[in-house]
Amino acid sequence: MDYFLELFLGGLTRGSIYALIALGYTMVYGIIELINFAHGEIYMIGAFTALIVISVLTMLGWNQLAILAIATLAAIVWSSAYGFTAEKVAYKPLRGAPRLSPLISAIGVSLFLQNYVLLAQTSDFLPFPNLIPDFKFLEPYEGIVRSTEIVIYVVTAAVLVILTVLIKFTKLGKAMRATAQDRDMAMLVGVNVDRVISFTFIVGSATAALGGVLIASHIGQINFYIGFIAGIKAFVAAVLGGIGSMPGAVLGSLVLGWTESFFTGYISSDYEDVFAFLFLVLILIFRPSGILGRANTDKV
Amino acid sequence: MNTIKELKKSFLIALWFMFLTFPIMVIKVNTVEQTIDWRWNRLAMVGIFSFFASWIWRYLLQRKEMGQKRAEESETPTLTFQQRVLQNPKFTRPALVVICIFAAIFPFYFSMYQVNIMTTALIYVILGLGLNIVVGLAGLLDLGYVAFYAVGAYSYALLNVHFGMGFWACLPIGAGLAMLFGIVLGFPVLRLRGDYLAIVTLGFGEIIRLILENWNEFSFGPSGIANIPRPGFFGIKMSIHQSLIYIYFIMVAMVIFTIFVVRRLQDSRIGRAWIALREDEVACQATGIDKTKTKLSAFALGATWAGMGGVVFAAKTTFINPASFTIWESIMILCIVVLGGMGSIVGVIFGAGILILLPEYLRAFSEYRMLMFAAALVLMMVFRPHGIISAVRRTYQFEGSPEKKASS
Repeated sequence: MDYFLELFLGGLTRGSIYALIALGYTMVYGIIELINFAHGEIYMIGAFTALIVISVLTMLGWNQLAILAIATLAAIVWSSAYGFTAEKVAYKPLRGAPRLSPLISAIGVSLFLQNYVLLAQTSDFLPFPNLIPDFKFLEPYEGIVRSTEIVIYVVTAAVLVILTVLIKFTKLGKAMRATAQDRDMAMLVGVNVDRVISFTFIVGSATAALGGVLIASHIGQINFYIGFIAGIKAFVAAVLGGIGSMPGAVLGSLVLGWTESFFTGYISSDYEDVFAFLFLVLILIFRPSGILGRANTDKV
Repeated sequence: MNTIKELKKSFLIALWFMFLTFPIMVIKVNTVEQTIDWRWNRLAMVGIFSFFASWIWRYLLQRKEMGQKRAEESETPTLTFQQRVLQNPKFTRPALVVICIFAAIFPFYFSMYQVNIMTTALIYVILGLGLNIVVGLAGLLDLGYVAFYAVGAYSYALLNVHFGMGFWACLPIGAGLAMLFGIVLGFPVLRLRGDYLAIVTLGFGEIIRLILENWNEFSFGPSGIANIPRPGFFGIKMSIHQSLIYIYFIMVAMVIFTIFVVRRLQDSRIGRAWIALREDEVACQATGIDKTKTKLSAFALGATWAGMGGVVFAAKTTFINPASFTIWESIMILCIVVLGGMGSIVGVIFGAGILILLPEYLRAFSEYRMLMFAAALVLMMVFRPHGIISAVRRTYQFEGSPEKKASS
């Protein structure tokens, strides 16, 4: 039973991590129907920025919590900046182009950012210090759940709530929904579509950055390549939940996290990634609209 | 006035990029020695570079928009200079003869190293032409193309290890197996929309690689398979030098064969169905084209060429392991097709030449190779989505229109 609980919580952590990345995917896809391949790289850049800030401030001897707060903030700011810039440079000129063009462009951005970090920083794995303090009230549960994991659960839940409120109840959220439904019509009723799309990229990137800091703290090391696999898996999760739907992204992430965790725990750990991909193929074949998604009909 | 505005714009963009690249480009922390390396000169470089790049960027965007407007205004599609040259038999025939003679005498005048590189480039030409059927003609983005390449390479290696089969017996078997894989994968996934298809094929490519890496009893795991024999010629013993030249000529023959087949396919009924499918799926179905069958044939044919390329690759390097078949290989082949020109045979050959030969001769820049490819992908999509040498569309003109005569 203990083993089961361990796998369950491990799956929950994995799932929450995927969710933080999948939310950005789903928001961008919902609004411009683009698989933003570079999203994983945005997350990686968030983690790198945080690591750099942490290292500098640690040498200056700052307080641990202050460092954590500033590093997270820096990660969010720079990740959003990268997301914003990538959209302006590589996707915006391609509006109205055939569907394949922005996708190929996104692959280019992804490859570019990976190699950029590789050349500007390093190809080695870098240790990432865990600055989240140990909570007193968790002491009786030591060995089952770490305080980092608790923080990950809470942050994921909070982000989901904040984003839902943002989209459902604010004026900007309304504009986002309108743009997602019909871009031309939204323009006609006075929505600044360019700004809405930029904003979507910024919010998605900020969420990914938050994920980057938390995951790096949890796993304890980063390199330039972490974004790729994480991005693919988050995409699997987003599709599983129904791409374009935010609760769907979280649900899909949790389902993927648990299945992976139980699969590796009970069957085999060699084929973990094979399993994730196989899962994706099966979902897309049997239920392409995902758990919470609506079936999409082609517009003619 | 205008220039000042432009200057200001570029200046602001430069500032923005300096801010953007600040933490990752400038700061490098050495955690072991507890030192920080501030590389301020890089910041200046980024600033200056982005200042000029943004200027050029805007200029090119403007030009592109103007070009589009002009194309919309003129009724007949105008051919560019390069397209006219490529279509002019007065130019193409002598050029073809020169290329053939060059290809024939190449291995006798150049070193082994050059022949080896050229053979690699020719393998990529075949892969590019194969992927061109899938991406360029049928418009299906396949990011797992390398899986079929791996199937071809491994089928030769494994058949040779277990049954001692030779190159010529394995070439059709490898191609056939790859085709079978293409059909097996294509059957369920081809119902998916374009971008989903890209992800599923990517997943499929990774699955194949991970299985080859983990299933030790079957594929000998990450250590790979060594001592794969080079192709034989009626049992005659050849030195390494001779057999490399031999492989080179096999590749030349295969490239010619591929070009021939692709050319015939392009103008056939099925080739036109592919192009119709790429342009508009719904309209294409409305004209009575079987969508599944058409897509599947593109997928299977593309896979066949990857399989053949794989068999030759295994025979040429005599050693294969799963590390040769990563997703980046797929993206590399995709780059060849996209940069060269989707749907254009000359373009793909040109693309393979640039992407494979250039890095070999520019070893000094090898670190920046991937960075440049990535930038080229984005730039190409933004400014020249049809590639360096774009495909010429078949157009039919109706000459005797009374309205046209009246208006002109």
